[in-house]
Amino acid sequence: MKKLFFLLFFLSLSIANAQDYFPTDAGVKTTENTQTAFTNATIYVTSKKVIKKGTLLIENGKVVAIGRSVKVPNNAKTINLESKTIYPSFVDIYSNFGIKKPSRKTSNSRRTQYEASREGYYWNDHIRPDVNPLKDFSFDAKQAKEFIDAGFGVVNTHMEDGIIRGNGLLVALNPNSSDAYRILNTKSAQYLSFNKSATSLQVYPGSIMGAMALLRQTYNDASWYAKGNMKNKDLALEALNDNKNLVQIFKTSNLLDAFRADKVGDEFGIQYTIVGSGDEYERVKDVKKTNANFVIPINFSSAYDVSNPLLAQKISLRDMRKWNQEPSNLKVLAENGVNFALTTNSLKSIKSFHKNLQKAIKYGFSKEKALEALTSIPANILGNSKIGNLNQGSYANFIITSGDIFDAKTTLYENWVQGAKNIVNDMSIKDLSGNYMLSVNNKSYNLIISGKGAKQTAVVKLDDKKIKSTFSFKDNWISITLNEDSGYTRMMGQTINAANVMQGTAFDTLGNETYWSASKKVKKESKKKSSKKTKEKKIVVLPVSYPNLGFGNYELPKTETILIKNATVWTSEDAGILKNTDVLLKDGKIEKIGKNLQARGAKLIDGTNKHLTAGIVDEHSHIATSAVNEWAQNSTAEVTIEDVVDPNDINIYRNLSGGTTTAQILHGSANPIGGRSAIIKLKWGENAENMIYNNSPKFIKFALGENVKQSRSPNGTRFPQTRMGVEQLFVDYFTRAKEYDALKKSGKPYRKDDEMETLAEILNGERHISCHSYVQSEINMLMKVADKMGFKVNTFTHILEGYKVADKMKQHGVGGSTFSDWWAYKYEVNDAIPYNAAIMHNAGVTVAINSDDREMSRRLNQEAAKTIKYGGMSELDAWKTVTINPAKLLHLDDRVGSIKEGKNADVVLWSHHPMSIYTKAEKTIIDGRIFFDRTKDKEKRVAIQKEKSTLINMMLNEKMNGGKTKPPMIREDRNFECDTLEELKN
Amino acid sequence: MKKTIYSLLFFFLIGNILAQQTPADKQNMPFSIEGATAHLGNGEVIENALIMFNKGKITFVGSAMAKIARVGNVINATGKHIYPGFIAANATLGLVEIDAVKASDDEDEIGAMNPHIRSIIAYNAESKVVESMRPNGVLMAQITPRGGVISGTSSVVQLDAWNWEDAAIKTDDGIHINWPSSFTRGRWWLGEDPALKPDTKYSERTTQLKMYFENAKLYLAGKKEKTHLPYEATAGLFNNSKRFYIHADGQKEITDAVKMAKTLGIAKITIVGGEGADKIADFLVSKNVSVILNRPHRNPDSEDDAYDVTYTIAKTLTDKGVLVSIGMEGQMERMNTRNIPFYAGTFAAHGLAKEEAVKLITLNAAKILGIDAFTGSLEVGKDATLFISEGDALEMRGNRLTAAFIQGRKISLETHQTKLWKRYAKKYKS
Repeated sequence: MKKLFFLLFFLSLSIANAQDYFPTDAGVKTTENTQTAFTNATIYVTSKKVIKKGTLLIENGKVVAIGRSVKVPNNAKTINLESKTIYPSFVDIYSNFGIKKPSRKTSNSRRTQYEASREGYYWNDHIRPDVNPLKDFSFDAKQAKEFIDAGFGVVNTHMEDGIIRGNGLLVALNPNSSDAYRILNTKSAQYLSFNKSATSLQVYPGSIMGAMALLRQTYNDASWYAKGNMKNKDLALEALNDNKNLVQIFKTSNLLDAFRADKVGDEFGIQYTIVGSGDEYERVKDVKKTNANFVIPINFSSAYDVSNPLLAQKISLRDMRKWNQEPSNLKVLAENGVNFALTTNSLKSIKSFHKNLQKAIKYGFSKEKALEALTSIPANILGNSKIGNLNQGSYANFIITSGDIFDAKTTLYENWVQGAKNIVNDMSIKDLSGNYMLSVNNKSYNLIISGKGAKQTAVVKLDDKKIKSTFSFKDNWISITLNEDSGYTRMMGQTINAANVMQGTAFDTLGNETYWSASKKVKKESKKKSSKKTKEKKIVVLPVSYPNLGFGNYELPKTETILIKNATVWTSEDAGILKNTDVLLKDGKIEKIGKNLQARGAKLIDGTNKHLTAGIVDEHSHIATSAVNEWAQNSTAEVTIEDVVDPNDINIYRNLSGGTTTAQILHGSANPIGGRSAIIKLKWGENAENMIYNNSPKFIKFALGENVKQSRSPNGTRFPQTRMGVEQLFVDYFTRAKEYDALKKSGKPYRKDDEMETLAEILNGERHISCHSYVQSEINMLMKVADKMGFKVNTFTHILEGYKVADKMKQHGVGGSTFSDWWAYKYEVNDAIPYNAAIMHNAGVTVAINSDDREMSRRLNQEAAKTIKYGGMSELDAWKTVTINPAKLLHLDDRVGSIKEGKNADVVLWSHHPMSIYTKAEKTIIDGRIFFDRTKDKEKRVAIQKEKSTLINMMLNEKMNGGKTKPPMIREDRNFECDTLEELKN
Repeated sequence: MKKTIYSLLFFFLIGNILAQQTPADKQNMPFSIEGATAHLGNGEVIENALIMFNKGKITFVGSAMAKIARVGNVINATGKHIYPGFIAANATLGLVEIDAVKASDDEDEIGAMNPHIRSIIAYNAESKVVESMRPNGVLMAQITPRGGVISGTSSVVQLDAWNWEDAAIKTDDGIHINWPSSFTRGRWWLGEDPALKPDTKYSERTTQLKMYFENAKLYLAGKKEKTHLPYEATAGLFNNSKRFYIHADGQKEITDAVKMAKTLGIAKITIVGGEGADKIADFLVSKNVSVILNRPHRNPDSEDDAYDVTYTIAKTLTDKGVLVSIGMEGQMERMNTRNIPFYAGTFAAHGLAKEEAVKLITLNAAKILGIDAFTGSLEVGKDATLFISEGDALEMRGNRLTAAFIQGRKISLETHQTKLWKRYAKKYKS
């Protein structure tokens, strides 16, 4: 207790000393005002400017002078740093130092929280630009020490919670000072992420696309607020507007999210600084294209323990490659000119920072860049010229090392922050490491000392046999105890002649005092070293493929001129089936269809006994996406699947293997008004943006039936809970959209609302609806609502009772995209019949067969064939249900869906009749580029096995050589369906 | 409120039951089918065949060139195909009517060790889903309980019956167990990575299972002073009257399971599921173990797997000499059971000979289920359970039935679905 009191007193004293206008009652008022000069050091003034034998003069926590000929004042304290190096202390701009993350809010209520819990703030609790981290900041001396030991002088910290997280605090890691001095900036940046706040249970956004839409709407509203158009006070929007000119630092958790964040920022003229996740090497060209500054973690995964072959074979190549490739991330980023800072964030312990950085350097990352990424770049990102360098006037934040800071053998002695010394390794402790001949008791021992500073340890051997012993080196005194059969020998002593000889007094087991000495053996290392060098394994980094997994493409297929000869051509046009016909593909288009075609330089493909068709178009798919439902509101027209296309989904490749080339990636069916679609071509290896159609037709998902009324949720509270409510919801939204559109068109000021914008597009005929539907009552209802409100329903998807209202559908002009034979899985599909497609078709409705299932979407040709069995559709009409008809429904029939001159060269060559169970897609071509080839596929299988063995050998090698390993983990890919409800993380 | 919903649902189900097809009468007149391509189900094909049957049994199988009197009702099936009725193994037809309606669900009893639970008594012979099998040639099925470690006892039925007793062609044919996986998923709700990792409790679980059967054996050999119903139910496993169906995936799991069953002295063993069985086919042959494969229309487990890995396994196993059939477990399994001919077709597309593919769902299935003595192939003396198809019945395009017989009875090919089809097709014509 007394001790504590004393400590408090001492602290308050030192703080009182610090602020010179504060009164003091502890004695006479004193001021420390000394200058300190560091001389004879190699000094990195900045990451690029080095001074040899330089002098650094500091006073009051700042650099007063620096250079080779600095005059040291008489009253300055001088520290000679001969053969030592000084660097500016490092800066970490992504941290939550000293700010505890709030614990996750829990609730016993079964009621889902749709509304915000804060009053006077934005309508969504996860938008928290108003958060002032100062309130929760408390200098964490323990964590500060970890940073200091790693060479950091300044961190930018923040409340790591929510989508918009409030401003950052720039903190000097100076445990010897007070917050009054060490907080350098209370508004150093604004932080953002795609993660929700733990402080609120408000469910929206429930997906990453919802988070993106929420950000957009928030920016819209902030500018509307800034113009003084809102009647209410909104402290969150006010704070957002206040923080507008700060650096915006966006934390992401994978590379796709980094691109997504950048996309949102670009739309509002904001260039985020992106906190990456270490996987940027996978699409570094796209990373460069963002023009963003990045903050990169270096948290490398350890190798898998692959000693159990049964387990090892289940680890995906993607995960194994990561271990091999990720240490090269920094090198790749630097080589591609990406501007980035480094962060310790995501490391379990800051202690591993240097080890990982050394690994990255071993993998080719330059030391110059490393220093920049730790000093000048983070300082520049924050726009702070006083940190990350040692120019005159900058903070006296610097480290003193024994040499090259990025060398494993280098010792970091001191880290000065704001002119205050922090000892990491005592510079005054001599480095004793080496082999010595120890003489005591007329015996000669081998003494081997290793380690650094106070942590030096020793091993004692007699004739190569290890002897039990203790060793310590403290306050320049060496003490050694030997424990032999003959008894104990205790020694005390010191070094003379630097560290080559040590000597002192010894006591044998009987207490007799004698003398001991040890002298360093001169090593003949030169030869050994060179042989060691050759032994060091060459680092092999396996090449990255696109996407970076087993069946990825090392090189993207190129547009070729291709002549397919003598095939049976299913045109999906009036021309029907053309036998023994040639098709020429050129410049990504179908150039010519005919007999005996010639084309110079064209790649010839023999189509004899084979069938050529247009690529399959899937009207309803959920592959290639990172999210499917924004379920947390009953209308989410503001979200779009285009935001979340996932080009790394193996199902893209598998769909190609079944002849599918185009898919509409639909939002799910969790709410009556769902999100907008992404219509993609399955160009395996391209990035998300390139997969989405150029000038894509605009679509949105609507839904009816059991899912939207939460039939399977035991405690649904969201409107609507009945089909009756569903009607009124549509009427309500479209009435409001009409009013919105009218106001907008009137030229008067209006609050931009992304949801209303989308619905207005529907009213104006610019966006089409694909509506999930089951029973006839609701199908009829939506058509009537559409008639009343003045829009058209483009497609009913699923439409399992379409056959009951086919005449009404025909009249409305809506198409039907249905399953071939699904039923009996829920109550509303009781009357679903496989004859549905045939009946609708016969009634004059445009009918497509869709998948809604990643497995079925790779054999839609077989599903089309079922329309022949059920209801007797002709083969030609059956084939149209997966080609030209879905293309028509998607308003893409002028581009794809049939084999017609001038259309996109999206074709499939089949081994047999395309709807036969025995057929296989041999080549799947998109825009004249061969994206699937059965022969190449076989080669890829072999390559995967080979690469896996290579990696397994590398990992075994790692384990055998004492490297860290972790148990195997088997990746399972997520299966998205219409009713998948994912959860956005806190 | 809830009560009304349930009674309402009940009303609907009853309403539907009333609408079902009437089971056909006993065969009272012989049939002769000539001119078709007959796929016998044992791997043989007869072009231009003549098949005759009377009183429910097949009386002639041969060429239509044979100079033999055609008896009874003669059907000219020139250009068509005849097959033995297809058999769906490891199915749950009639145990659930609508997946999402709990009141209609009878497939999974609570408790872990349920050998005494019998599927047959819950089998709804009048299910709308059951009748939808027949227009696709699926005429018999093994009705299997799901869930638990020991799920219970299955039975084999034909799909045109008044009630379950009527339907049963082999009662209590075997006991089904779910072999533990050596992997476990991370508990994501506790913040763990949801990926799979080795299950440290695997050997504990398998040991428990083994002990259960050892105890059952001891009980059966003892005085049985107090009756133990579950143990009683296992007796058939040890006296060879019941088959041991081990639902297992993974080569390690399958190997461990088969070895345990052999140790217990169980003779009739079938692996159900069988992923990875192709890697240990020789072992399975040496232990006389058959395999009921998962349906091929599913995604490969790992993204590094070849896209056709689930399509090619039947060929590998068959080539090695394993007796193979196809089962139905999985999502939407009841409604999908009518697609079993196309699963066989998919195996044929990926290497298996077409007649071998037919065997998977005819004679092979019958052999595994223990009904091959009287059905499963077109052979004299066997049940006249067969159908005529316009084309190749393993093809969607070809599978169009013109007639089907179960035990010689000419069954209706109408269903709830065909009735709606006809009703609405007519609506738009008028």
